[in-house]
Amino acid sequence: MSKTYYDPADLRKFGNITEWNEELGKKFFDYYNQVFEAGALSAREKSLIALAVSHVVQCPYCIDAYTKDGLQRGIEKEEMMEAVHVGAAIKGGATLVHGVQMMNKYDKLSM
Amino acid sequence: MPVKSLAARKNDLSNPVKQLEILNNGIFKSGELPYFKDKVASTPTSELKPKKLEILQLNLGYMCNQTCSHCHVDAGPDRKEIMTVETMEQCLEVIRKTGAHTLDLTGGAPEMNPNFRWFVEEASKAGIQDFIVRSNLTIIRANKKYFDLPEFFKKHNVHVISSLPFYKREKTDRQRGKGVFDKSIEALKMLNSVGYGREGSNLKLDLVYNPSGAFLPTNQEALEKDFKKALKEDFDIDFNQLFAITNLPISRFLEYLIASENYEDYMYALVEAFNPSAVENVMCTNTLSVSWDGWLYDCDFNQMLGLKVASKVTHIKDYNEEVLQNRDIIISQHCYGCTAGAGSSCQGSVT
Repeated sequence: MSKTYYDPADLRKFGNITEWNEELGKKFFDYYNQVFEAGALSAREKSLIALAVSHVVQCPYCIDAYTKDGLQRGIEKEEMMEAVHVGAAIKGGATLVHGVQMMNKYDKLSM
Repeated sequence: MPVKSLAARKNDLSNPVKQLEILNNGIFKSGELPYFKDKVASTPTSELKPKKLEILQLNLGYMCNQTCSHCHVDAGPDRKEIMTVETMEQCLEVIRKTGAHTLDLTGGAPEMNPNFRWFVEEASKAGIQDFIVRSNLTIIRANKKYFDLPEFFKKHNVHVISSLPFYKREKTDRQRGKGVFDKSIEALKMLNSVGYGREGSNLKLDLVYNPSGAFLPTNQEALEKDFKKALKEDFDIDFNQLFAITNLPISRFLEYLIASENYEDYMYALVEAFNPSAVENVMCTNTLSVSWDGWLYDCDFNQMLGLKVASKVTHIKDYNEEVLQNRDIIISQHCYGCTAGAGSSCQGSVT
């Protein structure tokens, strides 16, 4: 067994998950591919959203995949970094907004 | 980026045999990825055979004023291979009688061949329908003696195809060298000013985009739109078409792939993007490539890999279109570069 949990070479084996459950695997990849087709949002916009989300969910495979996808689409590094900050802002905000819950609880428990 | 060619650095990869060893072994030999010939056999086309010859591509020499990090020719200022007048005359004989409608001059920087202008003048008399010169743009600004190239091209109604890897300075300079972007912009303005690429003009100016790294080009039309918008807004530059070309894993691009540990991933990406309908139109089916010393190849890439045509006729001096028509096209794993996605050729996408 490899000594690390993540191996970059595993990304290209992603499709193999279908081997152990063809029906669900196929459904997932059909859905996945359709999601990224241009619709009300352009494929380029979707790529940037995917990049931001990849960072928020901290998926190393997704970060590799959508950095490369962005490069292919001519997305520039400034745009990529801004997208990552959008993700970070939401994640940071999600932590901080719980501060209100803390304040509410504090006040409720205090005389 | 390298300052010298593989040849000047005496790098192992300057030997085509070494490159072919890499392309034929490793992940292909182990069966992890299929050989190109097996992949083609699984398509309706089943094997690659020449169709009618349409494009005659001549390499006037490997000398170039640039040393681009992705160059499949391993061209550079240190390369001395230049087509002689004698070989040019043999080419002219063929140009006068060929059935091909397109003549495509490439290099290196073809303009650096001392007999370039004489050759263009002679060749243009043959009445070829589409006469292409592949110009790297910076050559037009490299030396005073080249400043009048736009006028010269115009005079002979040459169709100019130029490489511009990106519409922004950073990526262009990283691939092609510092200052290349600014010089290219100046050269494009000069071409525009004599009428190239402008609306209503017959003078055609196309640009070539190739990815500046280990990734594949995206949709050609989408890129063309981005290029046109950016070049117009930022510099008032016009051009006709954009060709998105995939970097093939040979020569200096292969060196880069290996050194950056991207080789396997890149080959996976190429194989994964294999498009059976691109196989039908790959350029080796309608093109012949002639080297600076007159040898014949199925394409420019095979030329760089030293893979001469599999025919009784292998040199321009013995040229016979009919005999050449019946050859088998020589393939290896680099060919996956031309069948990936929308396909890739010197004329851009093929699907």
